[in-house]
Amino acid sequence: MQKRTPLYEAHRAAGARMVDFGGYDMPVNYGSQIEEHHAVRTDAGMFDVSHMRAVDIAGHGARDFLRGALANNVDKLATPGKALYTCMLREDGGVLDDLIVYFLREDFFRLVVNAATADKDVAWLRKLAAARAPGLTLTPRDDLAMIAVQGPQARAKAWQALPGAEAASADLKPFNGAQAQTALGPVFIARTGYTGEDGFEILLPAAQAVAAWDALRAAGVRPAGLGARDTLRLEAGMNLYGQDMNEGVSPLAAGLAWTVDLASPRDFVGKAALAADPRPFTFTGLLLLDSGGVLRAHQKVETPHGEGEITSGTFSPTLGKSIALARLPAAVQPGDTVTVLVRDKRLAARVVKPPFVRNGKPLV
Amino acid sequence: MNVPPQLKYADTHEWLRGEADGSVTIGITDHAQEALGDLVFVELPAVGRVLKVGEACAIVESVKAASDVYAPIAGEVVAVNDAVPATPESLNEKPYEAWLFRVKPADPAALAAMLDAAAYEKLIG
Repeated sequence: MQKRTPLYEAHRAAGARMVDFGGYDMPVNYGSQIEEHHAVRTDAGMFDVSHMRAVDIAGHGARDFLRGALANNVDKLATPGKALYTCMLREDGGVLDDLIVYFLREDFFRLVVNAATADKDVAWLRKLAAARAPGLTLTPRDDLAMIAVQGPQARAKAWQALPGAEAASADLKPFNGAQAQTALGPVFIARTGYTGEDGFEILLPAAQAVAAWDALRAAGVRPAGLGARDTLRLEAGMNLYGQDMNEGVSPLAAGLAWTVDLASPRDFVGKAALAADPRPFTFTGLLLLDSGGVLRAHQKVETPHGEGEITSGTFSPTLGKSIALARLPAAVQPGDTVTVLVRDKRLAARVVKPPFVRNGKPLV
Repeated sequence: MNVPPQLKYADTHEWLRGEADGSVTIGITDHAQEALGDLVFVELPAVGRVLKVGEACAIVESVKAASDVYAPIAGEVVAVNDAVPATPESLNEKPYEAWLFRVKPADPAALAAMLDAAAYEKLIG
């Protein structure tokens, strides 16, 4: 039995085509994923991301615990509401999950983790906390729903839909969140997302999810499914856990070195393994030059420095071309031309530095 | 779901239409295009290629995934619709107009043995 979010019936009523994602029955599109993609790039779209899990970490020593549990450094979080993107690693440096951590109070942090990994993450964190900080409380917030409203008009339309939200979120800088009192009750609004556009991710009580969804629709926000979410994140050069990295992949081999703080003296789970990592790979973007197919995950890439592999590939609706993220030998440079094996064809692709698209504008 | 009554169907979601000259025109069904999602790339067989039943002979790629199109009947490819690779979205918009290829059947009785509209509708439930 697939799990359902509080918006399941709303998706069906809107004509969604449903698929399994991370154990949840989720909308992949509501008709045309390309139109949904363009709605986010040019106006405003929304995604039900209630399958993702908020996990609250409360108690004395919360920051110190996360300083050792996460690969990025929570000491970067100086003001309440500030968010940080980070990986959580195994001792051998493999990526257990990627997540966003919010600093709310010195004794209260919130993580937002992926759906498929949520149970594993909570078990891992509980075990780690039992050994290092037994006084902490870890609370998976199954009582919360989450809606991502994304696009150049997303904030204005969210404020229109949720009276009271604007006062608390008008001054939010990117990658910051705040609690807001709205007509629907208390909600947590963060200026974050997974599309390369401006917008909010809104956490609210599950019982209010349908009312918020309906109000956002009435304000002209178009429902968008996981299909558009994937093309948007790929254009934005953002990784997908389970596809671009997993427990067997180091963040240094997944383009995430910028999220790993090896410079500070603090220790964290996986640090020793990363410090010893010879870094044989570069993680980069590919833009298909030839026609003859679409770049897809697991296609082999030939370069003058050896072979690599595509980890995510798709057709970019904004560029009208196929794009991919790929793990290639470290000597490969942006601007190089490589060969991708697409079925029985050998197609030329250019190595580019992601992102491909940001704020509606092509960058490659 | 649109299943025109005058056409024949394969359980692999192709439609077939008999032409006056004995050739058979083949495309993908409304159900197939809907399941595939927005189509962005199409590759057709070469004219003159001789197809066996069930042989993968064309490729349709949506934003999501690549899928093979199978030859529902055996025969030689006598024409292909070059307009479709240029506008893959036409398969989403008009699946019964955007035909893919036309074959001269090896067995003239093969078309009659395909599913009729009622049987195909039952198949896709």
